[in-house]
Order: sequence, then structure tokens, then C-alpha cells
Amino acid sequence: MPRKKVRLEHSVEYLSILDKNGKVDEKLIPKIDKDVLLQIHRTMLLSRHLDDRMLLLQRQGRIGTFAPAKGQEASQVGAMAALEMGDWFVPAFRETAAMLWRGIEPANLLLYNAGYNEGAEIPEDSHDLPIAIPVASQIPHAVGLAYAAGYRESDEIAITFFGDGATSEGDFHEALNFASVLKAPVIFLCQNNQWAISMPRGRQSESRTLAQKGLGYAIPSLQVDGNDVFAVYAAVQEAAERARAGDGPTMIECITYRMSVHTTADDPSKYRDEDEVKKWQELDPILRLQKYLKAKKQLSDKKIEALEKELEQQIDTAWEDTHKRIQELTDPLVMFDDVYAEPPASLQAQRQAYEQHLKCEG
Amino acid sequence: MAELNMADAIKLALTQEMENDDGVIVLGEDVGVDGGVFRITEGLLDRYGERRVIDSPVAETALVGFSIGLALYGLKPVCEMQFSGFSYQGFHQMESHAARLRWRSRGRYSIPMVLRMPYGAGVHALEHHSESKEVLYAHIPGLKMVIPSTPRNARALMVSAIRDPDPVVVFEPKAIYRAFREEVPDDEETLPLGQSRTAREGGDLTMISYGAMLQRTLQAADQLAEEDGVETEVIDLLSLSPLDHERFAESARNTGRVVIVHEAHRSYGPAGEIMARLIEESFYYLEAPIRRVTGFDTIVPMFAREQAYLPDVERILDAARGVLND
Repeated sequence: MPRKKVRLEHSVEYLSILDKNGKVDEKLIPKIDKDVLLQIHRTMLLSRHLDDRMLLLQRQGRIGTFAPAKGQEASQVGAMAALEMGDWFVPAFRETAAMLWRGIEPANLLLYNAGYNEGAEIPEDSHDLPIAIPVASQIPHAVGLAYAAGYRESDEIAITFFGDGATSEGDFHEALNFASVLKAPVIFLCQNNQWAISMPRGRQSESRTLAQKGLGYAIPSLQVDGNDVFAVYAAVQEAAERARAGDGPTMIECITYRMSVHTTADDPSKYRDEDEVKKWQELDPILRLQKYLKAKKQLSDKKIEALEKELEQQIDTAWEDTHKRIQELTDPLVMFDDVYAEPPASLQAQRQAYEQHLKCEG
Repeated sequence: MAELNMADAIKLALTQEMENDDGVIVLGEDVGVDGGVFRITEGLLDRYGERRVIDSPVAETALVGFSIGLALYGLKPVCEMQFSGFSYQGFHQMESHAARLRWRSRGRYSIPMVLRMPYGAGVHALEHHSESKEVLYAHIPGLKMVIPSTPRNARALMVSAIRDPDPVVVFEPKAIYRAFREEVPDDEETLPLGQSRTAREGGDLTMISYGAMLQRTLQAADQLAEEDGVETEVIDLLSLSPLDHERFAESARNTGRVVIVHEAHRSYGPAGEIMARLIEESFYYLEAPIRRVTGFDTIVPMFAREQAYLPDVERILDAARGVLND
């Protein structure tokens, strides 16, 4: 009957391997093949260039609103590179770099952002989900996918991406509890980019870390330097091993920064100090990896320059392809596609009536 | 009198009601420092401080549930959902509690809250940012559901919604937030909830619409007058629940011919209820089958094709001429 303490031993590990000068902790650095590492670098850089191009296209009115991934490339590519292609990828709406790693074509991203759902086409053998816009709503799906993979005795696991704001949503908390109780092989990857539109991290939650929210559900959870591609890779690799061994979920809080706008419909100058952005520019995940690769003689300024040129050409070609496809996508009747496996008669009738109307107008 | 667009007219309503009544609390995601993603609450934080203008964490269930708590205490929360497509996490609280607490407490408690949110297509937005699902709220007993169509009625309806003792859902037609201006009186003005208006008079045909689609309906009416010599009466519903069926019934009895226009999906859309009312109460006055021009029963397409989804003047004219020739 006495009033007594229930002792809980909790602490959150913080993992950092690559510092801002490109120096690494050799004891902690994960083993990554040289070619894979160069591929990681290339994808991060492609994502950055594509973001910049899309911003330009959006300002010219050629494409619509989108959410740039700028600054978060290490969190995304580092995570996906540590997983298998057969693992399930459950993105939110800012995962351009992760999507590129998974092989999604820049032309498709451009087409999607130009307002065509055709750009979201997913190949049959892919385990990628389409983007999910309502905050945190995709997190439970990853738990279900992971549980189903276990049920079918597959080695596949699931990873889902979300932001700091999402950790305030019920869907996040319910999903974490489910995953913990059901020991689902899932990785919760929080990209804490410090801002949820105009709400800074400090006002989103009084919790000292977001990782500790995972601890509340007895999920192994840690913080990593999200602008350090090696730390993200190592943490996700460890989480994947745990998941595949049947030991359930992991939550990883990547400390990173939204270097650009929330979406192109947003004006951060209303709420964010430009000095803060400058401070984080010094921690740019791409520059850090480049410093490391240059020190290892795997990259040089000259090679980077050539690569950037190549990526710009790749994006030029992608935009040309997109532009061509847009010219061909003139039939509005496709909006009736894919609502059901078999369109009900009433929907077919609406389609036919509209087709008739268009003919008369035409 | 000032010439205001709808966004500024709604802001005027919020400001004046906050000035009148210190129980009015504005809350939502990004409503404070950022002034709301559509800038409807801009300036309120500076004027009334963070105890009354609450920038909330990203948590719609809590936003609506917390508002219910404020309202139970007797405050008057005006809660913003950033887009109607993000309101579903809060929907549970609206249906399970906001709508029912008066009934459940046998009249002891009331929920004088406003849940306001932008709805509708036509602003080149992403998925979930263009839907028109007002029936989800209009269907629920215990909730009121209004949709303004011009700056002046938006302001007056918002004031009435804030003062109403019951929960009111206000759908704001974001496509016309800044599309045109109208004289809005400086002095307070209210409009009774559940009262429609005649937006255009005519004796040959009745067209019924609301929200952003009213503009296209009026345009079609003008074109019918010009090209066909047909005078159309246009009824602007303003309120879906309660539904003012008297005014449109009277017009229908006079013209005998009715077209209903809305951007919500066709099946189980508001037009279905309006047609049912007309058939129940005015069947013998109708000269022709009623027609409706609506969004299709599809997912609202992404923005490249959103105009194909929306009723346009041509589709409205088609339906009108069909009804006139039947």
C-alpha cells in the first residue's frame, strides 16, 4: 500500500558519425561499398538539383505546389540505402530523395507535380506506396504492411517517414502502440526538420526529444544526426536487423532541417529567421558527404562539377519528357479511371454523359 | 462601408466578435504567427495575444475535442481546419460529441463552437485540398452547416455562427476568397442561419446553388437571358443545414423548372435532398424533371483536370436548356 516509485530507466542515444568538416568516427562508420556510397551521393545531389529546378518551374507556373526535400537528403537516402528494395517504403509528402533512391523517375515526379496522377504510377514489382498528404495518416499503414509481411513469413520489413509535427497526431501514437504490442517489423523514421509549416519544434512538443515518444511505447528509439548520412544508414541498418530478427519496431529521430519552404505555397519569412537557415546551411548534408569523399579521394571538385552538369542534363531531359507527356494527356475522361476495380454502371453512365457533352461542345 | 474580399470580410467578422466578446477564442494550425495559410486570421495574434489566438500542434482530433471542452465551459471557440480534407481526424469529435452533447446532457450543456474550413476546387492545389464534402457535416443532426457565397454574406454568417448556441460548421469557398470585392458595412451585420436568399430574380427557370458555384450559376443565368431570352431565378442556399426549403419551393412553383448546381459529388449530394423536398412538396407544380449539375462520383482529380470535374457554365447551360425544352 505504500506510495512508492516505479523506476524507469530511460535515456535516448544520440548517434553522429560524420562531422561537418567531413571527419568520421572510424569505429562507428558502417561498411558501405564505394560504388554504393557514390550512388548515395549522386542521388542526394540529384534530389537537390531537382528541388531547385522544381522551385523554378513552380515559380514560372509550369508545375504546381510541392514540398521540397532540401536539407533532408541524408535522412532519406541514408535510410533507404540501408534497406532492401523488397522492403516497404511508406512516405509522407516530402520524400523526393528517398523516392529517387527507390528508382522513381524524375519525369514522373515532375508529371505528378504538374497535376497529373499518372506521375504517381507505381511499377507492379515495387513495394513503394504513393505519397500521403494528411499528416501522420500513413504511419499505421506501415505497421499493417510489416505485420502482414511477418504473417506471410517474408523477410520484408517496412519503413515509414514522417515529420516532427506528425508526432503530435493520434495516428502516430496509435500506430506506435500497435507496432509495439504486435511486435511488427517496422521502422518509424521521424525527420525532425524543426518546422511544421510555421510551428517550430520547440512549440510542437515539450518533450526534450521526439525519440522518447517511442520509449513511451517500449520501442527502442534513438536520435541521430539527420544530416549525417553514415549515422542515418547505421541506425536504419541496426533497426532493420532488429526487425528481421523478430524483435519488433524501432523509432529513429533524425535531427535535420527544412532548408526551404514548407511547400511552394508558403512564405517562411513570416515566421522564420534567415540567420537560422544560414546556420543550418553550414551543416548541409551534401557538403559534409562531399568533404568526406574528397578526403578519401573518391571525389574531386572537378568530378562534382561534371556530375552536376550531368544531373542538370538528366533533369532537362526529364522535363522535356514530362512536357511531351503533358501534351498527350488531354483526355479529361481519365478522371473516371481507378475509382473502383470495376466501375459501377452509374459511374460509367456519368462518364458516357460527360463524353457526349464534350463531343457536343467540341 | 468598405470594399472587401471574402478573406478580409471573414477576418472582419472574427476581429469584431473577438472585440465584442472575450469568450471568443481562435485556434488552429498556423493561425497565429503565420496568420493562417489563407491569411484569414492575420493580425489576430498581435491584437489579442497567444491565450486567445492559439497556434496548435498538428493534431486535429485534439483541436476539435479541445474546442468542445472550451465550449462546454462557456467559451466560444472558432476552430480552423487548415483544409476540409484534413478535418476527418476531427470529424469523430464533431459527430460523436459536438453534435450530441446538448442531447446527451438533456439540455444542460451546449457547444457554441464554430468549425471553419476552406473547401472546394479551383486553386491548383494538391490532393485532399480540393474536395467539397459538405454533406458529411450537413447529414449530422445537431450540427448546423453554412456556406457563404460573397464577402458580405460570409461576414454576416460568420458572426451569426459565432453567436449561435449550437455547433456550426462553416465551409469557406477558397476559390473565391479573393476573387471579387463587395461593400461590407462597418457596423455589425448578421444573417439568420438556415435562411437562403434570392441572388437573381426571374420567372422562367429556377437554379439553386451555393458557395463557389454560385458565380458560375449566375453567369449561366445571364447567358440564358442574353441568348435565349429566358429569365432565371437563382437561389443561393447559404445554409445546407438547416435547409431553407420554402424559398426554393416557392420559386419552383412559380417557374415549374429547376436546375441544381453544386461541386460536391453527385450521389447522395445536396441536390438529392433538394430534389426530394421539391418532389414531396411541389411535385404537381413541376413542368419538367429536375436536373442537377454536379461534380462526378470520382476522386476529385489532381489540378490539371480539376476544371473538368467542376460544373462549368456549358454544363449548366446544357442542363438548363434541357429542362426548358422538356
